[in-house]
Amino acid sequence: MKRRTVLTTVAVAAAIGLSACGGGSDPLASEAPTDTGTAAAGGSIVVGGADFSESTLLAEIYAGALRAKGVDATTKTNIGSREVYLRALEDNSVQVFPEYTGALAVYYDKEFTGTDPDEVYAHVQEVVPDTLAVLEKSAAEDVDSLAVTEETARTRGLTTIEDLAGPAGDLTIAAQPEFKERQQGAIGLEEVYGVTFGTIRPLTGQAVVQALVNGQADVANVFSTDPAIAANNLVVLEDTKKVFGSQNIIPLVRADKVDQVQDTLNAVSAKLTTEAITQMLKQTDIDKQDPKAVAEEFLTSNGLA
Amino acid sequence: MDWLASNWRTVGELTLSHLYLAGVPLLLGLALSVPLGWTAKRWRGSYAAVVTSTGLLYTIPSLALFVIMPLVLGTKILDPVNVLVAMTIYTVALLTRTVADGLMSVPDHVEQAATAMGYGGLRRLFGVELPLAVPVIAAGLRVAAVSNVSIVSIASVIGVSQLGDLLLDGYRRIIWGELLTGIVATLLLALLLDAVIQLGSRALTPWQRVAGGRP
Amino acid sequence: MIASLLDWFLDPANWSGEDGIPARLFEHLWYSALAVGLGLVVALPLGLWVGHSGRGRWVVSVANSARAVPTLGLLFAVALWVGPAFRGDLAYLVPSTLVLVLLALPPLLAGTYAGVEAVDPAARDAAQGVGMTGWQVLRQVELPCALPLLLSGVRTAVLQVVATTTIAALIGLGGLGRYLIDGIALGDYPRAAGGALLVALLAVVLEGMLALLQRKVVSPGLSGRAVGRSRNDDDAGTGKETAQEPVDLRAPA
Repeated sequence: MKRRTVLTTVAVAAAIGLSACGGGSDPLASEAPTDTGTAAAGGSIVVGGADFSESTLLAEIYAGALRAKGVDATTKTNIGSREVYLRALEDNSVQVFPEYTGALAVYYDKEFTGTDPDEVYAHVQEVVPDTLAVLEKSAAEDVDSLAVTEETARTRGLTTIEDLAGPAGDLTIAAQPEFKERQQGAIGLEEVYGVTFGTIRPLTGQAVVQALVNGQADVANVFSTDPAIAANNLVVLEDTKKVFGSQNIIPLVRADKVDQVQDTLNAVSAKLTTEAITQMLKQTDIDKQDPKAVAEEFLTSNGLA
Repeated sequence: MDWLASNWRTVGELTLSHLYLAGVPLLLGLALSVPLGWTAKRWRGSYAAVVTSTGLLYTIPSLALFVIMPLVLGTKILDPVNVLVAMTIYTVALLTRTVADGLMSVPDHVEQAATAMGYGGLRRLFGVELPLAVPVIAAGLRVAAVSNVSIVSIASVIGVSQLGDLLLDGYRRIIWGELLTGIVATLLLALLLDAVIQLGSRALTPWQRVAGGRP
Repeated sequence: MIASLLDWFLDPANWSGEDGIPARLFEHLWYSALAVGLGLVVALPLGLWVGHSGRGRWVVSVANSARAVPTLGLLFAVALWVGPAFRGDLAYLVPSTLVLVLLALPPLLAGTYAGVEAVDPAARDAAQGVGMTGWQVLRQVELPCALPLLLSGVRTAVLQVVATTTIAALIGLGGLGRYLIDGIALGDYPRAAGGALLVALLAVVLEGMLALLQRKVVSPGLSGRAVGRSRNDDDAGTGKETAQEPVDLRAPA
């Protein structure tokens, strides 16, 4: 009886395996948030956002500015990683997405090593597919950075990433899971600086900074606009060889929507500064305010809404 | 509390999707496990095979099942259908055994009496056996409901929205109000479904109250 | 798609180093074994005492009702709350182990308690009749008689813990869950699906091994095999019991 049960089970498993061969394309490749797929029809705009606070905030700012100009704009935030959301733009399930010059340029041209902000911006305009367009870049910048506590910086004598080359083997870095395998992450740090960390602790969100503050990690990979840097007196190590490149904030939009949104979004970009974003992130992440409300406040005080 | 006061609308929407993602599979699973359970009862030889193979499905961790679903169904990873199908599988895994045991708990003499009165086949199943098995099936359904509500929250990791989003976001941004709201709302939803099933079971078995005992 | 999944499994790079399948599998089993082991240390004496003395049944009910708490939320809450008190690996291992032990407790407690309680009173009387002390009755009669249900509890606990260890990767630990979380974060579906298949496979293999163990360990006098009678001993409890008494309430995470 037992044996027959096992056989049946194996047969069921095999059947599932066979039917699995029918599944064609890569499930992570192109993601269309199903309920927003038709939103583009009546000239309405869906602004997407990735799964981190700043992206959510920027999406709310873009959408709020568009609404103020009479466009029917909504947001679809927390869409996984770049690999996923870029396809969402291409299949028209979102039409606008806040992006970063350097990261986007490297995504489309893996060989690109440029670091000058204008050079990077020029390059990213060239490499995006014809279906997409990059609007004007803002002065606001958000680069990945390596931060340590004041004490670590002092005792280990750290001011730049170069200084990490020696001690890195004994150190633990807290970073997003994807850090380990990105050029603008562990791979670039090793190639350019010869920095290889002893342990990489994969964490998300505030847990990254918390690990540093609570002494569970010696270095943390944080965004330069993260308000936690100032709140915890962290020391950001200078990226002298520009592994993390230039990362000006840009609206990435579908080419067929450029006319509809560019004046509005360029006006937003003109007002965005690194300080303004850091300040707003302090409101959302440290004071725990609603990103939408913070975005509206920014738009009102800058005459954008 | 402050957090809840300014976000109750979101919490409401997420609760509805949570209810949908956990509840619909409960009904689908029940509908599927009736024929399966009946098969196990009708042909006793198949009992072990049916009960073991469906039970084995329950051992597959939910996050793993959610991720494997697109491979089997050919869907996209963010498609809520993945979660609906996975939860239906878990419900079937839990309920098939219960339905089979519930049907088998109907005393032989009752079945014979029903047959003698001219009830045959499907009519006997739906007119006599299933109603009498309701208390046992309802007990299994309560377990499945509580289990489904808890498991569905994991779907946030693959980007399907429901109350689990509050857990993930509360953790990422360290907002205790949000995290605790997520936990409590999930708990309450489980208790609510549990109560609804109990009430439904009672409404379907009036003889239990009249006689004050078992049928 | 299937081809790239196969490539992932065949790539030698995925079989070595700290990211390799053997290392991740070992981590996964280690976290799980630690939790079930600690769970047994707590549940065995407590369950035996409750079953033997008939007192403190509320402990079992409390443990049972705690099962409706969403594991993911519990994991995050404990990680944020307890984690900061520890340094290094412990900051992540302690919270996840704590949650996994909490998950393992209800089935372990219920199995032990129900097992002892289900011991035939005649057997207990007989044991006392031949002059056994309370301790001897517990050790030589109640414990062996309780073994079938106790092992059911262990089986449930192991599967539940192995399943939930997958989400420990969300709070920075290793284990097979890493492939799922990293695969999703990197948009690398073959890795996520490969990890998912490994976890599912591990659960099914463990289930099979534990079912075998249960058959081997249970006293032949109890399983009915001694008298040459074959019965449905796939699960120690009969169907009716499991259906009405939610001893089998499992929640894979």
